[in-house]
Amino acid sequence: MTSKHDGDILGRGKSQGADLIRDWFGQLSAVAQNGGDSAYVFVMGSLVELLGAFDLPVVFPEINSLQTAVRHVAHEYLEEAEDYGYSPDICGYVKADVAVQLRGGDHPAGSIPRPALAVLTNACNTYIKWAEIWERMYDTRMFTLDVPGTRSATAPESDQQYRADLAYVDGQIRELIAVCEAMTGQRLDLKRLGDRLRNANTMNTCWKRILELNRRRPGVFNALTDGTIYLGVSNALRGTAEGAQYFVDLVEELEYKADHGIGTVDDETYRLAFVGVPCYPSFRRFNEMFTEWGGEFVTSTYLWFASGGSNLGFQYDPGHPIESLAEGTLLSVRDAMDSMFHQDRVLQGMIDDFELDGVVFHPIKSCRTVSTGLADGRRALMETRDIPTLFIESDMMDRRVVSEAQLKNRIDAFFEGLASRRQREMVEA
Amino acid sequence: MVNTVDPSFDVFPEWRGKDLDAAFALLRDLVEDPDYPTVRRWREQGGKVLGHFQVYFPEELAHAAGMLPVKIRGSYIDAMQADSRFGSYLCSILKTSLELALTDRLELDLFVTHPICDAARNLGAIWERNLPYPSRILYLPQNPNSSHAKNYLRAEYARMLEAIEQVAQTEVSEDDLNQSIALFNRNRSLLRQLYAVKRQSPWLIDADEAYVLVALGGILPREQHNEVLAWTLSKLSSRQAKRQDRVRVVFEGAFCEQPPLELIRLVGRSCYVVDDDFLIGLRWLVDDVDVGGDPLANLATAYIDRASYSPVQHDARKPKERMLLERIERSGADAAILTAAKMCEPGLEEQVTYTRALDDAGIPYFVSEFQETMTSFEHLELQLETFVENILFE
Repeated sequence: MTSKHDGDILGRGKSQGADLIRDWFGQLSAVAQNGGDSAYVFVMGSLVELLGAFDLPVVFPEINSLQTAVRHVAHEYLEEAEDYGYSPDICGYVKADVAVQLRGGDHPAGSIPRPALAVLTNACNTYIKWAEIWERMYDTRMFTLDVPGTRSATAPESDQQYRADLAYVDGQIRELIAVCEAMTGQRLDLKRLGDRLRNANTMNTCWKRILELNRRRPGVFNALTDGTIYLGVSNALRGTAEGAQYFVDLVEELEYKADHGIGTVDDETYRLAFVGVPCYPSFRRFNEMFTEWGGEFVTSTYLWFASGGSNLGFQYDPGHPIESLAEGTLLSVRDAMDSMFHQDRVLQGMIDDFELDGVVFHPIKSCRTVSTGLADGRRALMETRDIPTLFIESDMMDRRVVSEAQLKNRIDAFFEGLASRRQREMVEA
Repeated sequence: MVNTVDPSFDVFPEWRGKDLDAAFALLRDLVEDPDYPTVRRWREQGGKVLGHFQVYFPEELAHAAGMLPVKIRGSYIDAMQADSRFGSYLCSILKTSLELALTDRLELDLFVTHPICDAARNLGAIWERNLPYPSRILYLPQNPNSSHAKNYLRAEYARMLEAIEQVAQTEVSEDDLNQSIALFNRNRSLLRQLYAVKRQSPWLIDADEAYVLVALGGILPREQHNEVLAWTLSKLSSRQAKRQDRVRVVFEGAFCEQPPLELIRLVGRSCYVVDDDFLIGLRWLVDDVDVGGDPLANLATAYIDRASYSPVQHDARKPKERMLLERIERSGADAAILTAAKMCEPGLEEQVTYTRALDDAGIPYFVSEFQETMTSFEHLELQLETFVENILFE
């Protein structure tokens, strides 16, 4: 591994990831142009492993929407949906997708096929409201996989209670299989499902390893920018051989960087955690406002929940694919929910594991699932840990509520505080 | 030591012996009182309280354990302390509900919330971080069309009952539950009668009076709520009230955050509100629950098969636009008032669907947003009067 030259390996994950996503959009465009149908899914509990076994092309509307923001055209889509009747105060992802649908699938990355099937979990309630829109537009078959979450952070559940939840998820997955069989005319091939679960196992193992590698100093990837590319591949190519190989290669690259002390910024002065959803309308600039001060996002809750809980590294049993898929889905989606609603508990571990200097909370207008509890989570964290935090609000889609000047003022003040604190600590030492 | 309240203890005797208008005035003040005097009196007697956030909670579980179930539906108070626990872009009811608890206006022994929406589902963790008593999430099924939903929900109710028994320090038998179900069936029947009056003779009861009668169910022991309802219904038929030429409307959009009582009164001045979704959780089960057998299973079956609708539940058997059209037709309404609480994502999303369905059906509608803490109504009243006049003189 270390015999490879830097030029062969460094940056490979980013460029290959971008290529894979481009190819994936190309495949979806081909489906759309041929009038083919697809299954619409979401990042928290996509069940792509199962849908792939039926050869159903999968569309991630969340990825489509964030792509419009990264490409600086989201406002056009948002305004079109608002003209149609949707309020400025609802999720921007939903509105961008409504506009994509109103445009017949026209998207900056290609053409998006129509949904014949929508598979969603309850990890985000807006998933349900969103799918209802396709149900009304296209008579799309909507399947809600209901995943019971944590009832209390302090009251553990019994084995009997866990088994009741598992039976519910298992039963629903079998019902979904029946829906897919009826829709495609194919019987589920358990061997194909098993193969996809093996690939997903590789991806889960690698994902967990990648997150752990950033505990090293310096961090080997930026959790906000690089991490989002990895996340795209993790979701879009989940369960595929290409996805598994990508992550094997990515681990190789990041381990190489770790072994050679290669970081992502010239001088990693401050190690930070990002809590929330990125500011996609100002994606690059937002990150620069931190890196200019030597701040590096080495971890984020986003890489936990938006990976659908892959951070657990859950390993399916391909010999019992349906039962194992049910268990993996229950545990992983529940973990994704926990990392949103109990983010203060997640951060307790991150602060030590990643030797953090600060935590950045970034609630956004568009996503109440992630954002509602952040102010209180920050309060709770600061009551128990002596760590500087920053609380800044913007949006993941809507540039009308993103003020770069205000963000920069707050961020600069945060770093000035970090610098003073470090000087004080050095003097005291 | 188990604390139980003497069943004969009356938490709000003030209304007794009054005439209808005087009783309504007292009951209206009670519903609007942010200090929850009936809950305080209950606690002073040693009673325990379960507070449940919108929309639906099977209150029979709490009642059977001797607890007072209280519906948490926000308030018109300033969220002085709770504001710092939340960011921007959120509905008011989250903040004011937490404020009630943080300021000890509403003291609980157990808090229960449900993942009804993206914002509210955070309340369980927030409550748990801020208040010393247990907080639980009740995961009502989001896939009611699954053949496994009833079994799951029965297990979920059993899990909730265990939590209640721990707090109430008692064991609940099937007989206890069946007695509670029977009592609540009586309550459901009385509420159905109240809504029949609204539909058939809306001039006999003002919109805000009917609202108050329903809302009392969230703060009174159910036995006493039944008494108030039965007494009021018996008096309404002899009430001196003249039928007027008013537009009959369905009010839709108050399934969670509640409009201020003044807004409901305002609507009632120019329209007959013949049906609505005010506090729909207290009327969620549209028929009686079976008594006998397995009470938890009976409650689960009723939730899945005999329930109303709201924007926070998807059920393929109940498309919400169709349900709204049925509500309008069943109540003989001429028009609809479509509201949503500010920043309420499910409500705002549903408005798009509702307006399109009403357009297709040729039914006039009035669209608006509200906030429970709003204090200025002049502009809204003017718009509504214009809407009503357009219908009357069309």
